[in-house]
Amino acid sequence: MGEPPAVLEMTGIQKIFPGVVALDGVDFRLLPGEIHALMGENGAGKSTLIKVLTGVYGIDGGDIKLSGRDVLFTGPLQAQEAGISTVYQEVNLCANLSVAENIFIGRQPRRFGRIQWSEMRKRSAGLLARLDLDLDVSAPLNTYSLAVQQMVAIARAVDIEAKVLILDEPTSSLDASEVAQLFAIMRRLRDSGVAILFVSHFLDQIYEVADRITVLRNGALIGEYRTAELPQVELVRKMIGKELATLEQLESRPRESAEQIERGEPILRAEQLGRDGAIAPFDLTIHAGEVVGLAGLLGSGRTELARLLFGADKADSGKLELDGKPVSMRSPRAAMAHGIAFSSENRRTEGVIGELTVRENIILALQAARGWTRPIAKRRQDQLVGKYIKALQIRPDNPEIPVRNLSGGNQQKVLLARWLITEPKLLIIDEPTRGIDVGAKAEIQRLVAELSSGGMAVLFVSAELEEVLRLSHKIEVLRDRRLVEELDNTGDVDADRIMRTIASGATS
Amino acid sequence: MIDVSTTPATNKTGPASRRRTYRPNAQYIPVLATLSLLIVMYTFGAVSYENFTHPSVLLNLFTNNAFLLVVAVGMTFVILTGGIDLSVGAVIAMTSTVAATLLQAGWPAGVVIPVVLLVGGVLGLGMGAVIHFFKVEPFIATLAGMFLARGIALLINQNSIPITNEFWTSIAETRIVFEPGVYISGMALVALAVVAVAAVVLAWSRFGRNVYAIGGNADSALLMGLPVGRTRIGVYTLSGFCAALGGLIYSITTTSGYAGHGTGTELDAIAAVVIGGVLLTGGSGYVLGTVLGVLVLGMINTIVNFASLNSWWARMAIGVLLFAFIVLQRLVTRKAK
Amino acid sequence: MTLQKILKSRLMWPVAMLVVLLLCALIFSDGFFDIRIQDGHLFGTPVNILRASAPLVLVAIGMTLVISTGGIDLSVGSVMAVSGAMACLIIGDLSNQNSVGGVAVAVVAAIALSLVLGLWNGFLVAVLGIQPIIATLILMVAGRGLAQLITSGQIINVQSSPYKVIGAGYVLGLPVSVLIAAVVLAITVLLTRRTALGLLLESVGGSPVASRLAGIQARRFTVMVYIASAACAGIAGLIYSSNVSSADGNNAGNLIELDAILAVVIGGTALTGGRFSLAGTTLGALLIATLDTTAQSVGIPPEATLVFKAVVVVVLCLAQSATFRAMLFRRSTPRPAARAEVPA
Repeated sequence: MGEPPAVLEMTGIQKIFPGVVALDGVDFRLLPGEIHALMGENGAGKSTLIKVLTGVYGIDGGDIKLSGRDVLFTGPLQAQEAGISTVYQEVNLCANLSVAENIFIGRQPRRFGRIQWSEMRKRSAGLLARLDLDLDVSAPLNTYSLAVQQMVAIARAVDIEAKVLILDEPTSSLDASEVAQLFAIMRRLRDSGVAILFVSHFLDQIYEVADRITVLRNGALIGEYRTAELPQVELVRKMIGKELATLEQLESRPRESAEQIERGEPILRAEQLGRDGAIAPFDLTIHAGEVVGLAGLLGSGRTELARLLFGADKADSGKLELDGKPVSMRSPRAAMAHGIAFSSENRRTEGVIGELTVRENIILALQAARGWTRPIAKRRQDQLVGKYIKALQIRPDNPEIPVRNLSGGNQQKVLLARWLITEPKLLIIDEPTRGIDVGAKAEIQRLVAELSSGGMAVLFVSAELEEVLRLSHKIEVLRDRRLVEELDNTGDVDADRIMRTIASGATS
Repeated sequence: MIDVSTTPATNKTGPASRRRTYRPNAQYIPVLATLSLLIVMYTFGAVSYENFTHPSVLLNLFTNNAFLLVVAVGMTFVILTGGIDLSVGAVIAMTSTVAATLLQAGWPAGVVIPVVLLVGGVLGLGMGAVIHFFKVEPFIATLAGMFLARGIALLINQNSIPITNEFWTSIAETRIVFEPGVYISGMALVALAVVAVAAVVLAWSRFGRNVYAIGGNADSALLMGLPVGRTRIGVYTLSGFCAALGGLIYSITTTSGYAGHGTGTELDAIAAVVIGGVLLTGGSGYVLGTVLGVLVLGMINTIVNFASLNSWWARMAIGVLLFAFIVLQRLVTRKAK
Repeated sequence: MTLQKILKSRLMWPVAMLVVLLLCALIFSDGFFDIRIQDGHLFGTPVNILRASAPLVLVAIGMTLVISTGGIDLSVGSVMAVSGAMACLIIGDLSNQNSVGGVAVAVVAAIALSLVLGLWNGFLVAVLGIQPIIATLILMVAGRGLAQLITSGQIINVQSSPYKVIGAGYVLGLPVSVLIAAVVLAITVLLTRRTALGLLLESVGGSPVASRLAGIQARRFTVMVYIASAACAGIAGLIYSSNVSSADGNNAGNLIELDAILAVVIGGTALTGGRFSLAGTTLGALLIATLDTTAQSVGIPPEATLVFKAVVVVVLCLAQSATFRAMLFRRSTPRPAARAEVPA
């Protein structure tokens, strides 16, 4: 069986940013009618390669051939016109415009220079129908959920008669059924001859849809493989380039018996706590030294529950007790005063402050708690910051550089350090391992385990069931903004068991 | 095999269709509010003052505010992209001075008009280029444009220059008379023509839609392959052009060029656009709203005149209205989220 | 410190420009630097520049704080007018305009009114969540109306020697207005850099949401900076009106918001908020005042300074624009590795 000629061929791509070689002689090819996964840790060069391909960045060396012809795009528009369309992780549409307009903007059907609105709406509706979507095409896009917006983005990309469709982490904000729908669309497009470049952090998804895999590491090409011929463990090894010692070590961590923890006094007890439109009233008890995992799909109310406990949003019903005393959580500040810390899932927008240095970011919460009139002495700052940079292995270890220059994983560690120096009794962490590389992920998981053995209570929110299962003593399962089940994480609980609850909503 | 045809579709249309019903209304709320305000003000005037219902009162709103209308239309485009143009008042000063000086030097009107419009457009182009290529805040770049334009005007001449050119004085007198004392000036018609063109461009041209897209999310617009740079520069060029046209109208109605013309016009234009319901963060609003906004400002001045109040009352009233409409914008956008 | 470090320092540009300006003045204007003591007071062009710059420095200090939180305050000129009007209204009604107590009451009342106006701005921005540029635009438009309302549309002239001291007096040979500006500057520097206030303001400017989740009372700080800005503007308004012995609702502080913003930007504080530099702002304000004064003494018509300012704004913006710098420095100096963000 001979391979068809590649629709896209990139050879020896070189891209240099000031001080960093982002891509070092990378080769990449896409065949027509295949789904090709591009894999690599953060910083491996995936995004850079995609941006080079779509003309967002220029290249410093190498060449790009599309359908056998040399091309060099000066911007996304040129790439689009040549048949390369991209759907990004964060939906990149204009939510203030209508659905139809989002699909057609820039290439609206015109007559005598005047946009044909009715024609545009008709064609949009037809196009969406082919993707099994029934939307009001003249409604503004911001009336629809993120998942629907993503589908609209794909509809737009597909209609551009794309030869090459790039999907850059399209699944990170979708729930399981939406992912399934996306995959069905991808397969349909593949069968019609479109070459699809697919980027995802979820290995299972890669193995579900991808035909071939290209692995990058540190800006260099590691290799191109058929998915069927590359076992998962092998893939991970190629991506991180080191043994999975930390991960495996964690795997064998002896679980403390939940019973032992339960005997202690609970540090937090929520009774019918809830907020209209965010999370239905729920009961929750957390003990010192306990890791409580929150499992559920995106939009199931995981984050909303966590935010209520931290006072980031105000509860409108129910009671909250801390150390046996009733409290009202009016603001994050009040929660901090009670020894609660919360690290948001939106690291860049709600977590670190990019412009400030690593040191300033780390001391921020402690300083805020002390108030502006009582600054932390510089020596004490250096001591604290130095300690946590070392303990969490934050790289680079210079406390005086702006935190925006750090990788996602290291920013996450800075965020954890910020909360750890406040010595909280309860640490709430929302998706700390999302979008960061495997190595940093393992380190953060290990840290959570250590903290709980040290007596800290941890509320751990994660989309990855494996992770929740590995770390938690107790798992709270959410579905449709409701806490539906509490599971003691004993030997017989597995991902399957949780997924059944999420799917059925029944408390078995 | 995964069955995708049924479940997701039901999942998504549910909440969407629920929200569909009120949403289109929300976009028109600010414009409707401005319209009702205008009607209330007119009714108030009609009840309180004699002669207020005379048709000339309404027509004079257009005649007296023709230059502001043109400038505010340009400002609408800029604000729709999420930008701001502080230079418009100074451009009025510069263009009126340049026009008066050239006419005094004996240049024919047929040459002066295109030259002046070109000057305004080029200044706008320059500001747009600085904003786009060097990522300078629009606020600061147009502040520089404002200093530059006002400075050039003052350098040319610090005094008011009378215009005696025949063409100028004759079009200043051009008007459509409905009955004695009831007329609309030619300049008001020019302004209305500009409004009409702008409305068509915004609703039915790719450029117009790109303006909305950039105001909605400029990064997305770029990734969607829209010509963000060209559009953004175009918008400031357009605003510069409109301001120059406004300057010409000003010089025609006053038959003079003066470096002090148009002081504070940028504030009036911004106020008119905001009161007209254009979202200051960009991406939402209509030229028609801006027209209503200008009329509201004009109506305030008319009422203050009729009541023989001091002009500071007009400033206060504009301030209060600005406050009210900004709060309204806030509420509408909050609801939409 | 290497040459490159100096070149890239935020303060390099304003300092260099100030030096060039002063050199020009030295060459083209005789006796520019003549400082003499007359009646125990310092006189001379440099002293005049300082005196002229005092209101601007004050307003710019407040503006820096506002801008550091990612805001902007367009209403400072109007607040100046209101503050001056309030003071002159009270002094004008005094039976003895030279009574120190009466003047003190007037000054306190004027500053208190400014604080209320600042609170209003802060309320709009922090509580109602209105964009700062728009929220303060309201007071900018309405404030002058308010000032004229206070003075009933007239220019109130006062003959009060204690009041005159604020803008035109001397203490220990130094102009009082300059001393006031210096004291306010010193207090602000102490408050922001000796406490954690500076860090927390920069944090709010960097990301209000993240700051709130880190336990910072972002709203409270936002209200605080608008109050501080209005207070500074109020004091500046007193200096202005004391200097001319009258309250002029139309001209007091006219366009000063633009000069103040310019001073802040020249000083290296980004309009998007975050890091701020009070030293830079002061330099910027001095630069603008020097520009105005020098142009006069060199014989350039004062109008031309507007063109100058335009050029300065463009040059500065380009100098601070990352894109432009990257274009300039691309060949010669690769940025240190730590600064380069590696896209994943």
